[in-house]
Amino acid sequence: MITHLPILQVVIPLMAAPICLILKRPQLAWIFALAVSGLAFAISLVLLQQVMVSGVISYELGGWQAPWGIEYRIDQLNALMLLIISTISTIVLFAAPESLDKEISKDKHTYFYVLYLLSLTGMLGIVATGDAFNVFVFLEITSLSAYALIAMGKKKQAVWASFQYLVMGTIGATFILIGIGLMYQMTGTLNMQDLAQRLPEVSQTRTVFTAFAFVIVGVCLKLAMFPLHLWLPNAYAYAPSIVTAFFSATSTKVAIYLLIRFTFSVFGLSFSFTTVPLQTLFMTLGVLGIFVASISAIYQHNIKHLFAYSSIAQIGYMIVGFSISSVSGLTATLLHLFNHALMKSAIFLALAAVAYRVGNVQLDNLKGLGREMPWTMAAIVIGGLSLIGVPLTVGFVSKWYLLTALIEQGWWPIAVLILLGSMLAVIYVWKVVEIAYFKESSGAPVKEAPLSFLIPIWTLVIANVYFGIDTRFSVEIAQAAAQSLFGGGL
Amino acid sequence: MINIVLLSLLVVIAIAIIRMKDLFAVVMLTGIYGLLSASFFVAMDAVDVAFTEAAVGAGISTLLMLVAITMTGRKEKVTRHKPFAALFIVLITGGLLIYGTLDMPLFGSADAPIHSHVAPRYLNDSMQEIGIPNVVTSVLASYRAFDTFGEVVVIFTAGIGVLALLFVPRRKEEDEKIASINDSMHEHHLVIRIITKMLIPFILLFALYVQFHGDYGPGGGFQAGVIFSSAIVLYTMLFGLSTARKVINQGFIQLMAAFGVLFYGCVGIASLMNGGNFFDYNVLSDDPVAGQHLGILLIEWGVGVTVAAIMIIIFFSFAGRRELQQHSENNKNRESL
Amino acid sequence: MLMGLFNNWVVIVLMMSGLYIVIAHGNLIKKLVGLTIFQTSVFIFYISMAKVNGGSAPILSENISLYSNPLPHVLILTAIVVGIATTALGLSLVVRLKESYGTIEEEEIQRQDNQQNQALNKERDK
Repeated sequence: MITHLPILQVVIPLMAAPICLILKRPQLAWIFALAVSGLAFAISLVLLQQVMVSGVISYELGGWQAPWGIEYRIDQLNALMLLIISTISTIVLFAAPESLDKEISKDKHTYFYVLYLLSLTGMLGIVATGDAFNVFVFLEITSLSAYALIAMGKKKQAVWASFQYLVMGTIGATFILIGIGLMYQMTGTLNMQDLAQRLPEVSQTRTVFTAFAFVIVGVCLKLAMFPLHLWLPNAYAYAPSIVTAFFSATSTKVAIYLLIRFTFSVFGLSFSFTTVPLQTLFMTLGVLGIFVASISAIYQHNIKHLFAYSSIAQIGYMIVGFSISSVSGLTATLLHLFNHALMKSAIFLALAAVAYRVGNVQLDNLKGLGREMPWTMAAIVIGGLSLIGVPLTVGFVSKWYLLTALIEQGWWPIAVLILLGSMLAVIYVWKVVEIAYFKESSGAPVKEAPLSFLIPIWTLVIANVYFGIDTRFSVEIAQAAAQSLFGGGL
Repeated sequence: MINIVLLSLLVVIAIAIIRMKDLFAVVMLTGIYGLLSASFFVAMDAVDVAFTEAAVGAGISTLLMLVAITMTGRKEKVTRHKPFAALFIVLITGGLLIYGTLDMPLFGSADAPIHSHVAPRYLNDSMQEIGIPNVVTSVLASYRAFDTFGEVVVIFTAGIGVLALLFVPRRKEEDEKIASINDSMHEHHLVIRIITKMLIPFILLFALYVQFHGDYGPGGGFQAGVIFSSAIVLYTMLFGLSTARKVINQGFIQLMAAFGVLFYGCVGIASLMNGGNFFDYNVLSDDPVAGQHLGILLIEWGVGVTVAAIMIIIFFSFAGRRELQQHSENNKNRESL
Repeated sequence: MLMGLFNNWVVIVLMMSGLYIVIAHGNLIKKLVGLTIFQTSVFIFYISMAKVNGGSAPILSENISLYSNPLPHVLILTAIVVGIATTALGLSLVVRLKESYGTIEEEEIQRQDNQQNQALNKERDK
């Protein structure tokens, strides 16, 4: 069975979704979904361990050899992504029943779990596959379930945010489809590794340049990279709290993965960064994104909006690391990807707890919560410190690596800008702290969140601190993945 | 020559759609757009795709849009925002694409890369490896069976998504009240009702034919599922939703939708149990070709069942929502009187 | 040369009219129609590249030796299903929007949201 792990990683949550629908009772569906997500987490751990020990795993679906059939291909980068997705999914799911009770009508809980599992499946599928068209199919599974999950939010704005996301997402996916079509037309293959071998021959053609542009723009739409980020804030702010916690940590990360996979592995480093002026473009957009989004975050009145803009800013940091196009720069990006998943899921899960007790997450209603919900607010504060990049948190580690990578290349001005960007994070995090701890509560006092929230929240908070101090695990994997991306393709 | 005519017609329709304000006309034109592209696919030798596009583009999608319009109104407001920004984006994108076509292999040339790598194996060896004449079926059900599995999951996701958005649980008395109003509305169509009743068995029979015939000619699970569901849709339109729900109840179709996906997946699990990779049909039987046959037959059933069930779920959800809206409007009118 | 590219250019015009409808029109149903046209035109692009002059449909038969490429057909079968799935979900969102906002024009929805935000802000300033 151990040789079949790559496919089981995706197929188990996939087949669990219809079973959830058959189980029908929300309670049962939840326990089952949790068990399945836990199993996916266990599988991803084993896969990571296998990859680190014995290198790339390839799995031929249907027993058909690679370019003719679909191949699953797990290297260090894939294994890391699979681990992040399945871990966050499992932890977040712990708090789901309580949060859903307040936010979604009872008769739709089962559908929620089915869709949740489907979106988990989609993300795992995108990461595990080695076939460009298969990416498109699983991308659509993720997107469709995401549209439905976001629209399940309590307010009517949720439906509107979901529709806007649907339009942008579909345009993005269709762009990717066009790009894949053009690549296919020039090479005759859809397998990523085969593409990587065949693209250099035709890399000077105008068609391949166009293919590259379409794939990158499509992925950047999904990524919510500045200036294509407009769909994200409302989608995150109005989605059910559990959905926000899950997606903020995973869905944009999957898009970053695709960006890295296509530029480094499929098109190849020399094409992406020498034939096409990607470096200057992405560096500029990354830095601009950090500033525009951080400043927008400062002016928000809804905390979910605030942290959604902060997510766009954090994407900016990842893009900057990516566009350095050195091993250390890519390591910084991957580290930040891992670390940001930990921070944002902790913060948004804590906000789910606030929404559970207070009913909404308007900044004004936070008054006095520092005393009334000390554990929950402490989690938000630690998450916020991590966003700023204070030492002893994970945020510090990834910023440190990013700065070293920049200085290595002698790009001092950018490094200074990055530090300035972190100052902006201080302002928006302080806004939250000030209201929660230094303003008197005006309404009736609320109780601390129940343990079903606090346990997952604090698991994530402890991870935030632990990986901030003991960096061996995360740095080792990120470095290995970055090196393998530079060491000759897939 | 026929290509040029068809393509020019498509352009005319696209322009008409841009200019029209009446959404009913727009939707009908979109249906025709689907039908014309299906004809174009036939001219391009893509018979399977043509069949599917005709069923989806001209059938299901037009139908759903029409139902939606009855709920949302059929006039488009004249306000058109940011036409210049739109034009700018479109010109850049289109320009880039045209730039990209300059190095493309010419249309129809047999020595293009896509005809010399990967695809030749399907054409040359699929007869020995799979043993069925329709190469499209071989590729989608065996070589790239996992993509098709993904496709079934996509349609399943959409069905559950629509349910999550539109489904309203009803109390029994309410249901009967709505049903009685609708029944009275449907009484008029007596002739059509009788003819439809006679037609339905034939539609179902045709669905089964398409389901089994996919190995040899165009067709297969997806198309069969769509045709099957269209019979139910026809029945619902003439006899009312509550009657149709008595024949096929909500719980049962949800079960069928889930069952189809599971059934497809279980074929893969069976391959694992027999020592092959996921979806390796060779190991399903002693003779590899017989195994391939069996595998394809089974997964096509999985596809058919899920697609039929989900199409029915989607249509029922829309129709149910519409009934509810009409019901509440009626109540409002009565109160104001 | 020109004939070989003509097909593709017309298809690009079709794609772009779809994209134009999506961006420039405020009516949500019209937007979904635009998406459908955009996607359908991409399907036409894929299917055109599969065609081989003088070839026939890829259903094997003894007396035919030249076939069109079956792989793009398979990909587009999947993509058509993805398209209808998106349309169905999009339409159900539109129906819900009509119920809660009373309109399906982008600008009016946006205006209602803005008004609500302004009302919230005023309350806060007090």
